[in-house]
Amino acid sequence: MEQNNADGNLAQVRHVVLVLSGKGGVGKSTITTELALALRQAGKKVGILDVDLCGPSIPRMLGVGRPDVHQCDSGWVPVYTDAQKSLALMSIGFLLDDPDEAVVWRGPKKTALIAQFVSDVAWGELDVLLVDTPPGTSDEHLAVLENLKKHRVDGAILVTTPQAVSTGDVRREITFCKKTGVRILGIVENMSGFVCPHCSECSNIFSKGGGEELAKLTGSVFLGAVPLDPLLSSSIEEGKDFTQSFPDSATFSAISSITQTLLDSLQA
Amino acid sequence: MWVGEMEAGLWRGWGGIAKGKEEGNLKRLLQNTGSSCTVVCVCSLHVAWRGVRLLSGSLVLRATGTKEGGRHSRWDTGVKMADVPDNAPEHCPGTSSEQAGKSSSCEGCPNQNLCASGATKAPDPAIAEIGLKMSTVKHKILVLSGKGGVGKSTFSAHLAHALASDSAKEVALLDVDICGPSIPRMMGLEGEQVHQSGSGWSPVYVDDNLAVMSIGFLLSSPDDAVIWRGPKKNGMIKQFLRDVDWGELDYLIVDTPPGTSDEHLSIVQYLSSTHVDGAVIITTPQEVSLQDVRKEIRFCQKVKLPIIGVVENMSGFVCPKCKNTSQIFPPTSGGAEQMCADLNLPLLGKVPLDPRIARSCDEGKSFLSEVPDSPAAKVLQSIVQSIQDYCSSHVTEEQGAT
Repeated sequence: MEQNNADGNLAQVRHVVLVLSGKGGVGKSTITTELALALRQAGKKVGILDVDLCGPSIPRMLGVGRPDVHQCDSGWVPVYTDAQKSLALMSIGFLLDDPDEAVVWRGPKKTALIAQFVSDVAWGELDVLLVDTPPGTSDEHLAVLENLKKHRVDGAILVTTPQAVSTGDVRREITFCKKTGVRILGIVENMSGFVCPHCSECSNIFSKGGGEELAKLTGSVFLGAVPLDPLLSSSIEEGKDFTQSFPDSATFSAISSITQTLLDSLQA
Repeated sequence: MWVGEMEAGLWRGWGGIAKGKEEGNLKRLLQNTGSSCTVVCVCSLHVAWRGVRLLSGSLVLRATGTKEGGRHSRWDTGVKMADVPDNAPEHCPGTSSEQAGKSSSCEGCPNQNLCASGATKAPDPAIAEIGLKMSTVKHKILVLSGKGGVGKSTFSAHLAHALASDSAKEVALLDVDICGPSIPRMMGLEGEQVHQSGSGWSPVYVDDNLAVMSIGFLLSSPDDAVIWRGPKKNGMIKQFLRDVDWGELDYLIVDTPPGTSDEHLSIVQYLSSTHVDGAVIITTPQEVSLQDVRKEIRFCQKVKLPIIGVVENMSGFVCPKCKNTSQIFPPTSGGAEQMCADLNLPLLGKVPLDPRIARSCDEGKSFLSEVPDSPAAKVLQSIVQSIQDYCSSHVTEEQGAT
């Protein structure tokens, strides 16, 4: 019966996309947030499942604060960021009493909570469910896949920064995808170059081109490069909608072209 | 529903609410994989969290008579694993349980006396072995952060380089990031392999006085993914501490993965019989990062790990052309400075963003010796000095106390 329930809650979810990276702090949550906002702008119904149990960032990035999570007959009701209910979010951040409390859990406990997260959230009808993951290739990732595979997983977007230190970890994530049979929808290079707001000189703080090279090397699609942009970091900090605030920026055009490519490959 | 898998004869995972049909399914699964299974007990943990009743039922079960050679084991509510010896009777409560040696099923078990004596409930013997091994290491420093990609490995690598610049000091760097080891590349040691010697694994040496150990040295290709769950990662960390031939050391620096999970608990637990000087916490200026770092600080307090101080990394960027500073990662909530003031922690320094740092890391060189005059290098040097002072002052304190 639990099994049927799991299918039930995800039955009306058309596409499931994982956002992965072997490396931490490369912008998985930022890219997830911005993709979700851009998808919503394209008229889609979007859900985000934040499975980073030890460091959930999405609630802050979407500026939803710390609402109570309610339960209905079919499971937990996700938190909606707008009145139209076009962007739904579920994160462990909502379940903690104290925002500074550390979730000091070993693997098996994380696995159990993820199993619930995946099967017990009443998503309703969604065009795309984005799953934001913690860095690495361990418990959380295996648990998400085990549980989502009963339904289906369209594929994964891999996020990297341009440096070799980061692409090195992402190469391992690619091997993880191959071993677990997850299709790679493409690679996003984040923090690619910084344009000085004072003199417009572009500095490659974390080097350049690593993501594209990695895509070539592994035969994956290169979805695009998102530059470092203080405007993006500050709207993420304040939980504002970057796609609304700065529709003319280069960062926004990069994100919307990634979104379009993603939609095309999902519908193909 | 239940989640898990059979791995080398061990059931790894958790049961959700396993009742009736689910329980039957589980038994069938175990039978199909060549094990017969006894469901020892099915219990539900009710955790109430902010208005949500989280029903997380845990299934405690035991697999017996596996085909792989009869390794028995049991997940006890999935948090700690109790061992059931090969020759134990079917309903063995587990050697470290309260009932060990006392329950009715213990009658006639060859291990009953041993279990009843309480010896089996003692902590992992490896902790004592590690204590012995680490007795020749003067200072142990952990580098932690709740957030990923803030520069833990970069800082660890530079701390190691800086400490080892004094050729009289013996320094070692241990990378316990099992799934994303970056240290080999940052130290310019990609493709190096670990050698086995009579006294254990030999670490890889960058210099005569700078040794490095990482899982990266055990992988055959840079594409190799380490898809391991917690217990396997913990085993690796235990081996790194116990089986590596560290020799006499002045400093052991431990670089960790992001989060507060298996790796962190294990390293603290395994080092519990030795004196750890403390942890250096790395953060970036934004609140998104600080909110994870506060959790890490809470973790240190929970496990009683002293905090040496906080380093704010990627703090401002000076344009190489116009020399103007930009806040790429804006400190909207006051950055590490405000957090340290709030939590009464020392701020060791703020390291600015410098493209040359990333480049030196990619090339496996020390930024400190490449561009020693840069502002970032100067800040790093002063942070290293504070850490050295902290370590030496605490040694004198301890000697004074004894």
